Amino acid sequence: MSKPKLVVVGAGMASGRVLEHLFETDAAAYDVTLFSAEPRGNYNRIMLSPVLSGEKTYEEIVTHDADWYRAHGVDCRFGETIVKIDRARKVVVSAKGETPYDKLLIATGSAPVMIPVPGRDFDGVMAYRDLDDVERMLAAAKAKPGADAVVIGGGLLGLEAAAGLSRQGMNVTVLHLMGHLMERQLDPAAGYLLRRELESRGIRVHCEASTQAILGEGKAEAVLLADGTVYPADLVVMAVGIRPETRIATDARLRVERGLVVDDHMVTSDPDILAVGECVEHAGKVYGLVAPLYEMAKTAAATLLGREAPYRGSVTSTKLKVTGVDLFSAGDFAEADGHEDIVFRDPGRGVYKRLVLKDDRIVGAVMYGDAADGPWFFGQLKDGADVSAMRDTLIFGPAYAGGSALDPMAAVAALPDEAEICGCNGVCKSRIVAAIQDGSGDLAAVRATTKASSSCGTCTGLVEQLLALTLGDDFAPPTVQPMCACTDLAHEDVRRLIKSQELKSMASVMQELGWKTSCGCHVCRPALNYYLLADWPEEYADDPQSRFVNERNHANIQKDGTFSVVPRMWGGITTPAELRAIADAAEKYAVPTVKVTGGQRIDLLGVSKSDLPAIWADLNQAGLVSGHAYAKGLRTVKTCVGTDHCRFGTQDSTALGIAIEKRMWGSWTPHKVKMAVSGCPRNCAEATCKDVGVICVDSGFEVGVAGAAGMDVKETERLAKVATQEEAIELICAFVQLYRENAKYLDRPYKWVAKVGLDWVKARVVDDLESRQALVARFDLSQRVYQKDPWAERAAPDRARAFQPLADIVLEAAE
Amino acid sequence: MSMWIDVGALADIPVRGARVVKSPAGCIALFRTADDAVFALDDRCPHKAGPLSDGIVHGKSVTCPLHNWVISLETGMAGGADEGAVATYPADVRDGRVLIDASRLAGRRAA
Repeated sequence: MSKPKLVVVGAGMASGRVLEHLFETDAAAYDVTLFSAEPRGNYNRIMLSPVLSGEKTYEEIVTHDADWYRAHGVDCRFGETIVKIDRARKVVVSAKGETPYDKLLIATGSAPVMIPVPGRDFDGVMAYRDLDDVERMLAAAKAKPGADAVVIGGGLLGLEAAAGLSRQGMNVTVLHLMGHLMERQLDPAAGYLLRRELESRGIRVHCEASTQAILGEGKAEAVLLADGTVYPADLVVMAVGIRPETRIATDARLRVERGLVVDDHMVTSDPDILAVGECVEHAGKVYGLVAPLYEMAKTAAATLLGREAPYRGSVTSTKLKVTGVDLFSAGDFAEADGHEDIVFRDPGRGVYKRLVLKDDRIVGAVMYGDAADGPWFFGQLKDGADVSAMRDTLIFGPAYAGGSALDPMAAVAALPDEAEICGCNGVCKSRIVAAIQDGSGDLAAVRATTKASSSCGTCTGLVEQLLALTLGDDFAPPTVQPMCACTDLAHEDVRRLIKSQELKSMASVMQELGWKTSCGCHVCRPALNYYLLADWPEEYADDPQSRFVNERNHANIQKDGTFSVVPRMWGGITTPAELRAIADAAEKYAVPTVKVTGGQRIDLLGVSKSDLPAIWADLNQAGLVSGHAYAKGLRTVKTCVGTDHCRFGTQDSTALGIAIEKRMWGSWTPHKVKMAVSGCPRNCAEATCKDVGVICVDSGFEVGVAGAAGMDVKETERLAKVATQEEAIELICAFVQLYRENAKYLDRPYKWVAKVGLDWVKARVVDDLESRQALVARFDLSQRVYQKDPWAERAAPDRARAFQPLADIVLEAAE
Repeated sequence: MSMWIDVGALADIPVRGARVVKSPAGCIALFRTADDAVFALDDRCPHKAGPLSDGIVHGKSVTCPLHNWVISLETGMAGGADEGAVATYPADVRDGRVLIDASRLAGRRAA
């Protein structure tokens, strides 16, 4: 009696596993014929990346060799593509003819998605899917050492391709459409660490990169992005995603949605046709990882043998196969109702771990830098285990699971004498304890005598615990005011560390300085955004979502949610045409209140948010720009009429005021900065109570700083007297830049000068000419980036939309 | 009965930001967190009716731009020492589109 015939289409990992189960259970059940479009049998596809990087050979990743197929009597038809299934006659059709089946197993896997940009069919543009692709990449790397490769797609596959190509000596750039790498598996913090690691290996990463075209003539030469950036590319690898390969199933009128639809027994809409792997859709889900495929294979083999082993869907986890990158991700880690986070960061070791809990169960896990506990967390997740009893120590993994919560003081007390406390300066516990016993009674003294905690500062907490342990009740904990509840560090420490550790993004600050929340709060984010843009004007991109409402909307919010609009009037000088434009705008937008401000300009109060772009566009037409009346930045330079009209004026105070304002407008500062120039000591412009005030005298200009006329009233202190207008402007720019670089966010200049001392300021701004010039140069550099009219940018139609409602569903919802 | 209405693309809401939807019950703020979850709340702070959609979004909270009340995006409750709450509405993201359940809006009228 002849055996029933099983035909398998596709010799990949899923069908390979089905055959293994089948032969193990009942080797004589079927006559098996195996078709594959690839000219080879089953190999471990997830190990392609190590082959690309040169860490493994093809032979090492073969799962089933010719001997295995022969031993199990499989009729191998490799390199023969099935083009049609005739379900009525139960045959499959290839170029070489027909093959009958009793049972058919479809395992056609998936096909890479090629993004539809011009140039995608050029030579040198390819996907990353099978061994042939790997061989083409290896050939490209060998043909031209140091050639440029661009990988489009910063997901799992793209990054493995990038790391492999980089190891083969290519100069690699990764383009990723989203804001951070592997956004489906990683949260922004872990994505940042991954990016940092790849960049340290010389791989360039460009996020939010929208590919517009591949440039070249028949052969790829470069990739053009929508923002105009061009990257040279001898090789372009598209790794943006995969889609189930279902063409023959669709042609055979099997039920296909996103993938070939199967039931819990891996049976398609035809009871004699089964399917497994990446081509199938089960319960609405399509899988692209290996673990679910293996679970499906178990079920399919059972079904083929007339047994029951229903498949119930899979929870998946991910590990990135790049040597030296330790990363794990599983489950759901999106912010959602009832989700709670446990976050652990160890900046020194570059470790980030995050567990997402819901109803006392782990629903998601992301780990970077130390993923050893990943499988254990994944087990807890899959089991739906109640973790409430071990929640306090859960993040430390199975080693502490269920143990008692650790007393941090006990942990420090238990450290051996030779335990290193300060990694930067190599200071061990015993040395710090000895210094404390010798009289170093506070943090500053310990820093001075041992250098511990004097560099990056992340061990400050440990040093303080040692002080408390050694001194007992004699230790008075320091009274540093942390920035906010997200960190124990004070503003001054954060500023210092941003500079010394060259932290150039919000994510890097939060990771390296051990932020306790995943994305900060309304207190720290605006401060960090300012520190970063002030210290790294060229590298850091201003983050509108970390700005207070007024700076995000470039207008001042009022108590009823409307806004006020204040155009700039340079030095308080205006013209009939400008006034006419302002009057027209006030009428057109029915502005309820028009007010003259203390800073010599006009305030239009009560404008609705959705009218802002239009009123700005109208004012722009008349040459008026934003007055930054809402900014922690340069506000106004108030002037008197000076020598132009006044019989007492000694210098052209109006011209100087306008020149200062033209040079400095648009600059962001720790708090608002108001200036004035008075043409004589009668001081009609009230320059002696400003952040910076100039009093003109016959022999030159007296520049005063650090005045106040708000909650405190304070006269300016004299910074210097200079002979020329140019010198006065240089001095003021240098002073403001020093303030920009050093002050705490929300400290006005008078508060900052009181902390650092006027002599410290004078030494850098007045006495040291080289320092003054360097400050001015850095100020001008920042101005090249930030001196742009924000109104003109936001009045443009594509950006103006953001000020309008997203939708109006009044009618739709009322039905 | 749910009544899901497509109000726009997820991409049109800035990450850690918000947009407003006009509804029969007044303006509704749609927030998008760092992890691309979307929440819908009345766009009126329980304190002095500040537009929450103009606040800073952090974690699963928003800080009102007028007087820094911190409102939970999940529950609509004010945090810390402040007491009060705003209405929340079911919202979802499917295939890059944002949907809100308008079943509870239909009967209400703007105050």
